[in-house]
Amino acid sequence: MVSNNFEYFAPETFDEAARLLAKYRDDGKIVAGGYSLIPLMKLRLASPSVLIDIGGIDELRSITSNGGGLSVGSMATYYEISRSAAVQSAAPALAEAAGQVADVQVRNRGTIGGSLAHSDPAGDLPAVFLALGGTIVAKTRRGSREIAADRFFVDLLTTALRPTEIITEIRFPSAGARSGSAYAKFANKASHYAVAGVAALVTLGADGTVTDARVAVTGVGSKATRAKRTERILKGKEPTASVIRRASDRAAVELAGDVTDDIHASAEYREHLAKVMAENAITSAVERAGG
Amino acid sequence: MVVQIGDSVRRIEDPRLITGNGTYVDDVVLPGLLHLSIVRSPYAHAKITRIDVSAAVNIPGVVAAFTAADLADQLGSLPVGWIVEGTKLPDHPPLAIDTVRYVGDAVAVVVADDKAIAVDAAESVTVDYEQLPVVVGSEEAQKPDAPQLHAEAPENIAFEWEVNGGDWEAAAREAEVVVKQKIINQRLIPNAMETRGVVADYNPGSKQLTLWSSTQIPHLLRMLFSAVTGHPESRVRVIAPEVGGAFGSKLYIYAEEVITGIVAKQLGRPVKWIEGRQENYQATTHGRDHVTYAEIIGKRDGTILGLRCTVHANVGAYLSTFAPLIPTIYFGLMLAGQYKIRAIGCKTFGVFTNTTPVDAYRGAGRPEATYLVERMVDLFAQEIKRDPVAVRRKNMIGAFRRGHEVPTGVMYDTGNYKGTLNKALEMFDYRGFRKEQRAARREGRLLGVGFSCYVEISGAAPSAVAASLGAGAGLWESNTVRVHPTGSVTVYTGTSPHGQGHETSFAQIASAELGIDIDNIEVLHGDTDRQQFGTGTFGSRSIAVGGGALSLSLKKVLAKAKEIAAHQMGVSDSQVDFVNGNFVVEDIPERSMGFAEIAWEAYHAKDLPHGMEPGLEATSFFDPANFTWPFGCHIAVVEINQDTGDVKLIRYIGVDDVGNIINPMILAGMVHGGAAQGIGQALWETAVYSDDGQLITGSMLDYAVPNAKNLPSFELGHTVTPTRENPLGAKGAGETGTIAASPAVVNACVDALKHIGVTHIDMPVTSEKVWRLLDAAGKARPRRK
Repeated sequence: MVSNNFEYFAPETFDEAARLLAKYRDDGKIVAGGYSLIPLMKLRLASPSVLIDIGGIDELRSITSNGGGLSVGSMATYYEISRSAAVQSAAPALAEAAGQVADVQVRNRGTIGGSLAHSDPAGDLPAVFLALGGTIVAKTRRGSREIAADRFFVDLLTTALRPTEIITEIRFPSAGARSGSAYAKFANKASHYAVAGVAALVTLGADGTVTDARVAVTGVGSKATRAKRTERILKGKEPTASVIRRASDRAAVELAGDVTDDIHASAEYREHLAKVMAENAITSAVERAGG
Repeated sequence: MVVQIGDSVRRIEDPRLITGNGTYVDDVVLPGLLHLSIVRSPYAHAKITRIDVSAAVNIPGVVAAFTAADLADQLGSLPVGWIVEGTKLPDHPPLAIDTVRYVGDAVAVVVADDKAIAVDAAESVTVDYEQLPVVVGSEEAQKPDAPQLHAEAPENIAFEWEVNGGDWEAAAREAEVVVKQKIINQRLIPNAMETRGVVADYNPGSKQLTLWSSTQIPHLLRMLFSAVTGHPESRVRVIAPEVGGAFGSKLYIYAEEVITGIVAKQLGRPVKWIEGRQENYQATTHGRDHVTYAEIIGKRDGTILGLRCTVHANVGAYLSTFAPLIPTIYFGLMLAGQYKIRAIGCKTFGVFTNTTPVDAYRGAGRPEATYLVERMVDLFAQEIKRDPVAVRRKNMIGAFRRGHEVPTGVMYDTGNYKGTLNKALEMFDYRGFRKEQRAARREGRLLGVGFSCYVEISGAAPSAVAASLGAGAGLWESNTVRVHPTGSVTVYTGTSPHGQGHETSFAQIASAELGIDIDNIEVLHGDTDRQQFGTGTFGSRSIAVGGGALSLSLKKVLAKAKEIAAHQMGVSDSQVDFVNGNFVVEDIPERSMGFAEIAWEAYHAKDLPHGMEPGLEATSFFDPANFTWPFGCHIAVVEINQDTGDVKLIRYIGVDDVGNIINPMILAGMVHGGAAQGIGQALWETAVYSDDGQLITGSMLDYAVPNAKNLPSFELGHTVTPTRENPLGAKGAGETGTIAASPAVVNACVDALKHIGVTHIDMPVTSEKVWRLLDAAGKARPRRK
């Protein structure tokens, strides 16, 4: 459990971090909370020769909300997110998921930016980010761009982030009136990662029918994935228990052929858990939307 | 403060431990310290065709590298300390010589100036392997065409052991019911919070070798180290500093202790080896791993007539120090449990496989036995459609105070099994629960209750009895009480705590007996240069045997002090009473001398009774006549989530009788931790190997250690039935929770599912197993209202 040698930088400003990353490119790696990267390095599954620690850059920690939505700095910790009044009111699913990540130590160090950049197939926040339709602000020393959630997760541990980009902020649009979001998770008893985790955002119309629904699944396949069939079934209908059940039963359809099968859960059981967690998440989201 | 036996004295050791002031092996830093890293086999079974350390040695900072060949004259085979008849004893080289037999088998070592360099260099050692066929399961390993691990052990059988008590044929003739069940007691990883570690320091001048090791047995380690390496025992000092937990896994001599010691001697510089967590999962012993075929016979009125089983016990690739003891004596002889069973039989095969060696893990044999007995009693009750509590009560051995012999030939000391059952039921409200259970089921909620009535064997051990059963060393305990001239006291114990709180409970016993402030008593342990000899801490023996030795020493000290007091006060011994720390002349309370005053007189020696030696200290060696036999009743209540199959433990009641209680708070801590581990086995923990011998649960990401979040607040109670086997009347309490918990929880899971015809679920009772049972019965994920 000793990593290979590496050079370590602790820049105090974003510009300094971006300059270092531009200099070292593929040899450099950004470390945020370190709770995903450092274990991989100790196992020697990752051996970056340069580590750029962005933990000392205060400007990346802020959480703010206004009429236009919620902005979460990439270095906000799970703990800060779970306890933030702004997050709890604007994006309850995000607070709920952040409060269920791993254990206290991890929640005190791990960050939203680190979680999304790492794209662990069983991470909690990727599903929430997808369901809430968030946007990543990725910056280099020269400029910045926005990456929509639906384009961010590419494959197992792979994102749309370029080698010189650093996530600075995650934006969540305002969900509007009569919206509710929730996250439900069946945790692995060893790692506390999601065996199956589902995030749901539901918006109800004046007549009580679902005008919009976004549902995303994590832990089940190689990356967090939208459950679009589930969303389509919900849309336009009154979210009764039987509608939610029918929609939830399609939660793993998009993952067919890519369902993880390991000592913790067979593929069949994981699919089943995805359905149950979808039902739980959607039911809570509907309740929170005032349905 | 003078404290009494039975007070909940706060643990003396805790302030230093929780403020980071403890000294663990890794805190030992010596000038010129080198770091050792071990090259381990990535294959479960292979021939070594070539080892090349040249690339490693050329790395700057690397001091040396060694293979078995380099150290051959100093590395003997690792010994087995408990040998049942017919045990095969193939060589167990500390460094593999030409064959590796499990993933993690040590192949070579690299020593460097710092740890990171040593780890890097170990990766540069080239080893060529020729892979051999692999077997990981104990039943599979016994098949005629299975790969063979050791030429000396045909069919991979390390030992065969059998006990038969009572007349099975006669019992079978009377039997109306036969229930058979295959039961798997899965492999576990002990997971001490501190992994193992060794620092070795050799002084070429004095030829003294000092080993700091995270061990439960400093004296036995010194003895065995000497036997393996040929280094004289008198020139080895073993220090067990703070030891951060063990659960049996540090009760052996390990390859790394031998290798680190020899390498330090070879290089003439101190050497440190600290085990990593994943290394610990491969290189430190595992526990349990039984495949058992069991049969219980009885009558429809609930009478149990017989219980027998055949056990295929996986011992791993080599026999660890106490491996033959665990699935035999500590398992087979315990199969009567709390019951009057007429005939009992057990046949155990200890089987070599290409896995990490298996040895004692908290409870060590008794959890396996208790699980078997209590599961089979439930299966029997379910078969004859009788209440599990009623069946237990009907067969329970009545209260006894002068021994009770069971068909396996062992003699329980004292017991009152209905007492613990009744107390547990009082705390529980059984009738109320059954009502609630029926109501809940109507609402689609699945509740279940499980009982576990256990008796276990503690206080190892009466040496002659143990020797007759295979022990290779005496198992008594020793103690010295040294009163200093100013009246403070040092207690030296041969036990070697690693979390049990001996510094508190031993000081408490001394404070109560001597009537002096507990702050004036220091308990020292874990250093072969300080303590005369000792067997160590394991098998819930320390209070029963070590505490017994302490009691004897305290009595000797008091007797001598009293003689001095009588002499100086000019009266006869019989006229002196010892009251609240003062020696008082009968009927003349103003004539008295304090304990500290006598201590001073003992050393000043200006006026001692004629012929008396100066000083005030006593050493005792206590060897009990019998083991001790704690018992109790634990009750678990679970709720099963029908959607996911997840089992939630919602209530846990434990009533234990461990004889006299020294410190109720420490006892509660013991039961809490033990029960958590037993619950962990029942619901979450399992070590899994792939067919090619890779440990799939190779880290805590995949091996589920129980955590507080998943446990309810435990409800504990006690009855007190003292033992007559030691001066304290205490039986030992380190393992009761682990022994009791697993069957209580599994019985509760089965109870919650019995309405759909479930009779048995193997551990761990995972959510997927439960979901599959519900699914098969058409009960999974019912429609919600």
